[in-house]
Amino acid sequence: MTKKQKKVLFRILFSAALTVLIHFIPVAGIGKFLLYLLPYLIIGYDVLRKAALGVIHGEVFDENFLMAIATVGAMGLGLFGNDSYAEGVEVMLFYQIGELFQSYAVGKSRSSIATLMDIRPDYANLELDGEITKVSPDTVMPDAIILVRPGERVPLDGVILEGSSTLNTSALTGESLPREVCAGDDIISGCVNLSGLLKVRVTKPFAQSTVTKILDLVENSSMKKAKAENFITKFARYYTPAVCIGAALLAFLPPLFVGNWLEWISRALTFLVISCPCALVISIPLSFFGGIGGASRAGILVKGGNYLEALADTKTMVFDKTGTLTEGVFSVSALYPSDGFAKKELLETAALAESFSNHPISKSLRDALKDAPDTDRVSDVKEIAGNGVTALVDGRRAAVGNARLMERLGVSFLPCTDAGTVVYVAIEQQFAGSILISDRVKKTAPQAIRELQAQGVRTVMLTGDSKKAADAAAKELGIREVHSNLLPADKVAQVEQLLCAKPPRSRLAFVGDGINDAPVLSRADIGIAMGAMGSDAAIEAADIVLMDDDPSRISLAIQISRKCLRIVRQNIVFSLSVKALCLILGALGVTGMQAAIFADVGVMVLAVLNASRTLRAARS
Amino acid sequence: MEKKFKVEVDCANCAAKMEEAARRVKGVEDVTISFMAQKMMLKAEEPQFDKVLKDVVKVCKKVDGDFEICL
Repeated sequence: MTKKQKKVLFRILFSAALTVLIHFIPVAGIGKFLLYLLPYLIIGYDVLRKAALGVIHGEVFDENFLMAIATVGAMGLGLFGNDSYAEGVEVMLFYQIGELFQSYAVGKSRSSIATLMDIRPDYANLELDGEITKVSPDTVMPDAIILVRPGERVPLDGVILEGSSTLNTSALTGESLPREVCAGDDIISGCVNLSGLLKVRVTKPFAQSTVTKILDLVENSSMKKAKAENFITKFARYYTPAVCIGAALLAFLPPLFVGNWLEWISRALTFLVISCPCALVISIPLSFFGGIGGASRAGILVKGGNYLEALADTKTMVFDKTGTLTEGVFSVSALYPSDGFAKKELLETAALAESFSNHPISKSLRDALKDAPDTDRVSDVKEIAGNGVTALVDGRRAAVGNARLMERLGVSFLPCTDAGTVVYVAIEQQFAGSILISDRVKKTAPQAIRELQAQGVRTVMLTGDSKKAADAAAKELGIREVHSNLLPADKVAQVEQLLCAKPPRSRLAFVGDGINDAPVLSRADIGIAMGAMGSDAAIEAADIVLMDDDPSRISLAIQISRKCLRIVRQNIVFSLSVKALCLILGALGVTGMQAAIFADVGVMVLAVLNASRTLRAARS
Repeated sequence: MEKKFKVEVDCANCAAKMEEAARRVKGVEDVTISFMAQKMMLKAEEPQFDKVLKDVVKVCKKVDGDFEICL
């Protein structure tokens, strides 16, 4: 609790005790009024002061003014023998309790989001002329050398010069599995170094580091307000004056016909008590704030409440293939040795023959082989441009290349029809088999697509790849709608077509890696960029940024957004119906002022508690 | 020019009202006051920014006397 809150708490307790005490003092008339005035002023002086200032400044319909009118009215009615002094004090008490609870709850969720996003590094160990000094990260320049000890947070983006370690990236990506790094790897600020000592060359100043970018993004997200938030602001603008006019009518119109002024004025005061739309005004922004905060904990950065809202309505999800649903790197995906050859022999021969080449295909062959190839076993390498290579491997003449190479050498081979790049291998003029090299579908991608489809989202894949490769990937992923052979401009056109075809009032999201699909990202209703760790372009272009490149985060993001919006709707419906009920009962004289304020504060408390559930949405 | 400030606003309703009032201040291109983040974003023309900011603060204080801003 802050000092301000403690003071209010003290005032509440003191005046409550005083009210109870006065209740047992047998005085009547003006003496009773003066006695009750004491707790009333203790608890309500600031409200009265603000109400007076509000009137001076022309801010008539604010909550302070309403509370002041209602309670002053109650105290005044007491003088006319209505005995409503206690009522006036109690209403003010409840109001203050509600305000205190609200400010406490809001402070609590503010600080819990602050701890969620507690990735700001405090210091960097700068190495200069062999000496190590602790400095503030924002004073370290690019190309400086820093040390990151086990247990420390990586303060700046950089490249590892020496050492190897495992990094905990969970604060950034929500991924709990530690990441292994060694010399030569890029390292991102905000991760926690778990095991080894690392020597790092800084590549970016602190202001441009990943940590700063993420914190800026999260802190600014509440600046972009959701439609529901704007609706509440507009609603409040009409609701309060409307209730006030209703109260005025209630106070003066019926008594003209039926008399009993005191009764009708007291009913009107009940109206005023309920006229503050506090529950709505506080709980809606709180819900979005919590939803965005919870999502960032899971490595999903949402740039504003409006995007969270739009994501909940997303019915069409368009994916880029390469790098989004697939790994984006070529690797050996299948080995088909012909009779008499072993898989290992096939791969080894191919990798050895290609061991002097820098071609991406040779690299993926070498990567598939666990150990680095022993180049001494290879000699007489001849590269045949556009076809492949021939070489002596372990004394045998090997040919590794495409179908044209096989034809050229007169080797009879079995063509492979799988999607991807096929490498054929012949040993001593005999066909040894084929190796399929293709872009692999990410492990989590099929599951991610299934989850999205279960959420009622139509999934579409766009790619610049050939139809064969696209169809193969789509089949593995379970996506039925595929558009292949697209140039970047075609992708925009395709998204525009899909935008026209989407169901009314639903949204379309595009998921890409953010590197060369910025135009599509901005054309879609929501642009989602993934694998943003270290990529500035993606963070700039997208509305929602996934820190790691796991597509299953997308369905999680939708789940969080839908839960958030569900809570927002619950709160709107719940608080409005309780208000309406109170207004009706109040007008009929069934409930008094205490019941009204009790309901009002109660609704606010429940709405705030409900709203704070959004913070935990990501964890379920 | 766009600048962000840390502010102290006590209630969500006040923040909404302040934003509305600040929007009407002459010279303001865009303004948002976030109750949750306790932040204000003000966009105004560079040469008169300080004056606009002063006016905005004045208007906000009028809505709620407890409004504070860290400059």
